[in-house]
Amino acid sequence: MTGLPDHSPSPLIAAQDLRMTYRVGRGQVLRALDGVSLSVRPGEVLGLVGESGCGKSTLGRCLLRLVQPSAGRVVFDGTDITTLPERRLRPLRQDMQMVFQDSYAALNPRRRIGDLVAEPLRVHPAPGGGRRSRADIAARLAELMDLVGLPQQALARYPHEFSGGQRQRINIARALALSPRLVVADEPVAALDVSIQAQIVNLFMDLRDQLGLTYIFVAHDLAVVRQISTRVAVMYLGAIVELGEADAVLHRPAHPYTAALIAAVPEPVVRTGDLPPPLRGDVPSPIAPPPGCRFHTRCPVVRDRCRVDPPALRTLPDGREAACHYPLVGE
Amino acid sequence: MALTVLRRLGQTLFVLVGISVLVFLVFFATPGADPTARIAGRNASPETMARVRVEYGFDRPLPVQYARMMEKLFVTRDLTSYVNRGQKVVPEILEAAPVTLSLVSGAAAIWVVLSVAMGVTAAALRGGWVDRGLMMLGLVGISIPVFWLGQVVNLVTQSRYHDSWLFSWVPGLGYVPLTEDPLGWFRALVLPWLTLAVLFVGIYSRVLRADLVAVQSEDFMRTARAKGLSPARVLLVHGLRTSMITFVSLFGLDFAQLVGGGALLTEVVFGLQGVGRLTYQALSNLDLPLIMATVMYSAVFVVIANAVVDMLYLILDPRVRDGR
Repeated sequence: MTGLPDHSPSPLIAAQDLRMTYRVGRGQVLRALDGVSLSVRPGEVLGLVGESGCGKSTLGRCLLRLVQPSAGRVVFDGTDITTLPERRLRPLRQDMQMVFQDSYAALNPRRRIGDLVAEPLRVHPAPGGGRRSRADIAARLAELMDLVGLPQQALARYPHEFSGGQRQRINIARALALSPRLVVADEPVAALDVSIQAQIVNLFMDLRDQLGLTYIFVAHDLAVVRQISTRVAVMYLGAIVELGEADAVLHRPAHPYTAALIAAVPEPVVRTGDLPPPLRGDVPSPIAPPPGCRFHTRCPVVRDRCRVDPPALRTLPDGREAACHYPLVGE
Repeated sequence: MALTVLRRLGQTLFVLVGISVLVFLVFFATPGADPTARIAGRNASPETMARVRVEYGFDRPLPVQYARMMEKLFVTRDLTSYVNRGQKVVPEILEAAPVTLSLVSGAAAIWVVLSVAMGVTAAALRGGWVDRGLMMLGLVGISIPVFWLGQVVNLVTQSRYHDSWLFSWVPGLGYVPLTEDPLGWFRALVLPWLTLAVLFVGIYSRVLRADLVAVQSEDFMRTARAKGLSPARVLLVHGLRTSMITFVSLFGLDFAQLVGGGALLTEVVFGLQGVGRLTYQALSNLDLPLIMATVMYSAVFVVIANAVVDMLYLILDPRVRDGR
């Protein structure tokens, strides 16, 4: 997958040095996000990968300001939304929506699908100003059901009457109700059966083509990310360790951690050169991250410098960024 | 849905019959005690005893006794209290019921409105001083005994400051029927309402706040925020309805037990001739027919209230509808 739409160089959403810390008692601080910067241009699909607990979901929520980041900025379409008062942020939510991992928990079990999907249409004004009419909302609901491949009768039913895949379709319909420009999908298929996963990922891709959406697609499954992403960001312990074109990152990883993730995928992958063996040990605690390179405790190609000198994210000759002193692809 | 409702009503009827049998057995089939003597009251003459024995069928088998008792309670309604100079029991209860119903309904309206307002406000501003202040206030309300509060209210409004402009409108203790004088009814009851409601405002606002805070961490609340709803709308539309389950259950039980005689202390303090007071008198005189009738009456209310609560669940939680 190549062909980034270059006609619009300005990013749709950009994060600068985003930090999220939680106090966890006894004066300890957990750094869920430790200085993350990235930008996504219109039409791109940025895949966000990493192990559980690496901060990818937190990043997704910070980007939409569903949680308030501790420091840093998020600029959406030219507006800094990190400091925007709630009242002025709300209109912007029309353009940025989220699909959550747990399709059941994300839907209020006591309300009908029609109500849940229509709610954004009711609270936000119509494009020309003023409230949407009942007929407009009903027409839009019908359209949305068609779009995500659900029968119209689904609107009158309750969340518990659907299967996981159907519920995720409902969540997608809900997210698309206001025709957003950016959709952050937080592990939208992780909780689904493999066969259903493919359907939902295909739905995401179709919708992108039809509606010209921009996605930030959070996943821990590289196969899913490879299928849908144009660019990929790899996260480890609250920071991005590699960021670049999906093709380059997933086929010629520069960071040993990316290489290890790919090596752990149980599918045949086109590899170039020898790859290090899979990782041993656990991810260090984000409360006490290791000094130097945060990956050095598990890195198969660690050297002395890595233990003391934290590598910054820097641009490699082929345009991607990696946070490694000794990247696996040539400089 | 209609089927579920019908089935629930059938269950209610079944439970009511069961309760009546149980109450009957407890009072009239307890081994070693002659029900005749208990109905006729202490120191009854042999003639009275004989009359009671025939009237209630105590010389016949238990099922007949039960049928006769139910007939006296519900059909002929001439169950008579011999302790109390032959007064008919059922009319007595029917006379007391409106008093209690007026007292409890008014108090319930007050406590529902106030506790929802307090609970929602506290949950919306949780952690702040408003939250802490409201919950403290709730705790104070729970801690104040209703008879003491009632006495203080009476002391202030009836004697000490009765002639001041603030309380000169307060009528003397007692009940004024709604049908005769609506304004008088309101004036006579507004202070008892408030007094009775204080305890429940405290309990309900704390319960509701706790449920609202718990529901805040649900994923669908985050979804609602992501849609771009205002915090108030998220809390009221998505949070409150979900949090009303405990509230409604509690309300059903409390309302029923109060209507069934649980408002005794308030009734006594404010001189209201309600069911609670009637039960109290029946107990202190060991007036068996009256006790039996009031127990049946309150059981009916508790069972009906529970049925109503179950119906409300159907509205509040769609998942219950398919569950049965």
